[in-house]
Amino acid sequence: MSAAPKKTLRIVNLIWLGPAIAWLVIFAFFAIVGGENGFLTSSGTAGWLNIAAELGIIAIPVGLLMMSGEFDLSTGSMVGAASIIVAVGKSYYGISSEAAIALALVLAILVGTFNATLVERTKLPSFIVTLASNMVLMGTALGLSRLLAGTSTISMKDDGWAKDAFATKFGDFNISIGWWIFAAVLAAWVLRRTPFGNWVLATGGNLDGARRAGVPVGRVKLVLFIWTAVSSAFVGVMTTFEFNQGNATTGQGYVFQGAIAAVIGGVLITGGFGSVLGIVFGTMIYGVVSLGLFYTGWSTDWLSTFVGALLVIAVITNNVVRQKALTQGANRK
Amino acid sequence: MTGITPIIELRDISKSYGNNTALSGINISVYPGEVHCLLGDNGAGKSTLIKMMSGVVPPSTGQILFDGKPVNLASPREAMAYGIATVHQDVGSIPLLGVARNFFLGVEPTKGWGPFKRIDFDKAGEIAIEHIRAMGISRVTDPDQLVGTMSGGERQALAIARALYLGAKVLILDEPTAALGVRESSVVIDAIRKARAQGVALVFITHNAPHAFAVGDRYTVLLQGRVAASFSRGEKTLDELTTWMAGGKKIAEDATV
Repeated sequence: MSAAPKKTLRIVNLIWLGPAIAWLVIFAFFAIVGGENGFLTSSGTAGWLNIAAELGIIAIPVGLLMMSGEFDLSTGSMVGAASIIVAVGKSYYGISSEAAIALALVLAILVGTFNATLVERTKLPSFIVTLASNMVLMGTALGLSRLLAGTSTISMKDDGWAKDAFATKFGDFNISIGWWIFAAVLAAWVLRRTPFGNWVLATGGNLDGARRAGVPVGRVKLVLFIWTAVSSAFVGVMTTFEFNQGNATTGQGYVFQGAIAAVIGGVLITGGFGSVLGIVFGTMIYGVVSLGLFYTGWSTDWLSTFVGALLVIAVITNNVVRQKALTQGANRK
Repeated sequence: MTGITPIIELRDISKSYGNNTALSGINISVYPGEVHCLLGDNGAGKSTLIKMMSGVVPPSTGQILFDGKPVNLASPREAMAYGIATVHQDVGSIPLLGVARNFFLGVEPTKGWGPFKRIDFDKAGEIAIEHIRAMGISRVTDPDQLVGTMSGGERQALAIARALYLGAKVLILDEPTAALGVRESSVVIDAIRKARAQGVALVFITHNAPHAFAVGDRYTVLLQGRVAASFSRGEKTLDELTTWMAGGKKIAEDATV
């Protein structure tokens, strides 16, 4: 009979540790420099968490998609398109919140399917395909909103259940933080525990090998493209109810922020490696940096410099971690 | 060997691509519990033959019999359904996933119900470790160990173990030792022996005469799309085998004079 399997602490299971330490260091830095100006107060904490929550809901599926070897740069337009659908639908056509949200989600499923199909059929890099669909979608949403409503920013009023579900505040803390936690727990479960999660990592780790082993790689990517689009639409819906207005260009910041948060969170750009908890810390780093600068009193012009430097460090670290993981235990005889 | 039905038999098989004849008049019988070595130089038709047996390409003429009955292997999926599995030289394992996750990729055992259905890692780990140990790999005891940290020979053995676990009756090994050093090759040869002992039919494609000599029960030498020679274990010496592989009958006759 076989002996009891031996368990070791493996680097693959600790991908989140690097981003966690990085977050701690950066947080400590801003706590020291910006603490006196209120970075550590409840409103300061809520500030960076609120930023992280909305970005995080998008960054998680973007990270999963990256683990499978693909990019999605159409997230920004999906946020904007969903927000336009809800605002125009409710303000100009008087449809219910349920119907407006359903429409936004249906569009998201279509966009995700479109991206996946185009990538699969053309064999073109998803980077280009989704960059193109990002532009097409944004242009269309902008054009239609001006055509239907005569403006690109559409006001909307709602006091129903949707307002509670998406815009409730607990002190300074948005309910979006709760949705973010839900998204993270769900994704972590799927990635670490289910066969689908195994397929995601295998698809990104060795596409041909995964296909030969019987993994439906096309379907894996389809599900992830839809997951990303639906999550983006969710953020679009949420912000529309939160700010009582819709705008087609509102989400463009997420296009690269989502990918940046995933990479800072330890996801390998080439696929096959990453963790949801890592992405959560990557997103928290982004949140702390972007809000922390306000509290330092320095010019926020430096935000991009800071994020860019972090990104380079993260990419280098990720490669080292990957190498370490592949040599760990290799020389045990 | 009379009385035993070949698990897979090729009868008068030929394959043409346009005017080019890749294979003609091929007769090969592969028996359970035997290693059938397929030898020949590049371009001799080995890969076309493997593709035919694994359902990737159909023969132009001739018949394939599985367990004595004529079959039409229209697709790799259909070949797999018969229990014909192929392990390629690059194996196709996922370096950054653990042993158990690789072993069960695409066929993960689950437990739980509905949305709580999850991979049964205890079961997967136990079975994976037990089966690679049965192939002679005893160094790997942790089901979470990344496959990328295993040697080339160990990865071949893992792929063989997986194919056997998934019910392979015919296992086609496409140059499994080609990229490996001496020690790693012996790991693979050892795994082939262990698979044979389980009653599986193995088709072992190789360029390496000593490797073929070490485990082969039957040999088919292909030369320019034809069977140049077929013989059983003990009928030829290693030297003869080597010369056969190098060029065929003519040289072999000269060499034995």
